[in-house]
Amino acid sequence: MIALRKVILRFQIEQVRKPISWAGYLLSLPAALLLLALFLLPAASVVFISMTNWQFGADDLSFIGGQNFLSLFFDHDFRTSLWNTLSYVLIVVPSTFFIGLTIAIAIEAGSSLRTFYRAIHFLPFMATLAAMALAWEALLHPTIGLINQILTALHLPTENWLRDERTVLPVLAAIGIWQNLGFAMILFLAGLKAIPQELYDAAEIDGADSWFDRLTTVTLPLLGPVSMFILITVAVRAFEAFDTVQILTQGGPGRSSDMLLYSLYRESFRYLNTGYGAAITVVFLVIIVGLTLFQARLFERRIHYT
Amino acid sequence: MTYRPCSKPAAAVRHVFLLVTSAFILLPFVWMVSLSMKPASEIFQSSFSLLPTHWGAVDNYSAALSSAPLLTYMVNGVIVCFSIVVLQIVISAPAAYALAKLDFMGRDFLFGLVLISLLIPHQVLALPLFIIAYKVGLLDSYFGLILPFIVSPFAIFLLRQCFKSVPEDVIHAARLDGLSDLSIIWRILLPMASPAVAALSILTIVSRWNDLFWPSIAVSSEQLMPPPLGMMAFANVEAGTDYGPLMAAAVIIVSPLILTFLIAQRAFVRGLTDGAIK
Repeated sequence: MIALRKVILRFQIEQVRKPISWAGYLLSLPAALLLLALFLLPAASVVFISMTNWQFGADDLSFIGGQNFLSLFFDHDFRTSLWNTLSYVLIVVPSTFFIGLTIAIAIEAGSSLRTFYRAIHFLPFMATLAAMALAWEALLHPTIGLINQILTALHLPTENWLRDERTVLPVLAAIGIWQNLGFAMILFLAGLKAIPQELYDAAEIDGADSWFDRLTTVTLPLLGPVSMFILITVAVRAFEAFDTVQILTQGGPGRSSDMLLYSLYRESFRYLNTGYGAAITVVFLVIIVGLTLFQARLFERRIHYT
Repeated sequence: MTYRPCSKPAAAVRHVFLLVTSAFILLPFVWMVSLSMKPASEIFQSSFSLLPTHWGAVDNYSAALSSAPLLTYMVNGVIVCFSIVVLQIVISAPAAYALAKLDFMGRDFLFGLVLISLLIPHQVLALPLFIIAYKVGLLDSYFGLILPFIVSPFAIFLLRQCFKSVPEDVIHAARLDGLSDLSIIWRILLPMASPAVAALSILTIVSRWNDLFWPSIAVSSEQLMPPPLGMMAFANVEAGTDYGPLMAAAVIIVSPLILTFLIAQRAFVRGLTDGAIK
């Protein structure tokens, strides 16, 4: 009897283990349709629109192949915008990375005020950048801003930070660093916490006596994988810089603080040059997807070898 | 990384360094709060002081609240964030369950589509979604603000990973007890995945509350603006003439997330690092 009941039970379990196959379709249908409608088809249509001369509102459009990309390439304004974006990224990413790493190591190096320092450095990530950009504008104001007041007190020359072609991009980059520092720090802190204490003990037995020895023999090598992740994530965030440009400079003076996402916004939604805007969007897409795939490949490799 | 207590000079260096970086981080916050409490006459004084000699805080804050519908912006922000968080979970969880626990033809293909969508940044979708929203008349509406974010490939991916780690036996037992797939998701799997759900909600709320890009495309009437766009509209009206009320408005806009973060710091940090690293 008991054996029979076991067999019946197993049969029942087998039955429930194979759920009716249409449940899978039914449950994933809403998400699948929305992914198609809101992600995949729109992304494909951007690529298609980028090969047309469509102006939003016009009734007809014609297929012009790669002509938009050719004009982008020869468009002085676009090249300026791309170059500005690259300069911005090249200032923001390494600075954020190294200062963020140093802050994380410094916070973990002692026990006092840890939570306090961590909270302070993380504030800019939470704070609405559109509002904080205005606070920066007040700080950088040519006459009543704190920065110039301090410079005047020190008898140094002052600067119209956001209206001068030479200073505007570095200033926006400084705000970018300010905004991303805490984000990098939090991820580095998570990476540091994941390093097992035994490794430090082992390093000490092997003669890594000083704080600096332990840093170079254990901490930094073991942060390798998470560092790569942080580097790429911060780079993606830097390429996506928009709010400060929109609120503080509108790309000016001239085109000296024009950046990729702001050009995309201006061409697509202000001038309604839909085809041209789509071409800029494709350039943006290629950069972000390239960075993300690069990072995904590195992660895969790590999983294979460890 | 726990070090034995560092030597006194090392500890001092640590504090000096962290205080300097903290000062850099706090600088705009302090200046913003300081200006929001000063009357115009003192803001335009060339000498520097952190605290006002005559308090203008009441005037500035009431001017900010009366000259712009700040509370409307905040309510809009809450409506948009709340709707997106709820819809995201309602739509993603069943798909995540199907991908993690059910066998059906095309499952791997669907997961492939999720992974591809994960690669696409939202700014890329703005142009086609703007055109669609225009065609179907969704521009300048709450639904237009919410629509692009109601499905999240990241949410599907994250929840699938969580659901996958739930033992099969738990689900078998639930089925034997007569639970349907949907009640398995709502009553068993989502509660078990609550850390991931919390992380997801935090990331969504922070990024949506602070987003300026999509709202500045999708919305033009003041009654619908979320906080960042409202802030920009307010700044354009003030045009740098009256810093006191402008900074007061900025303080009001920034406060809700900052205060929530300071109160629930531990949960926030864990949620964000879990969400980012997974």
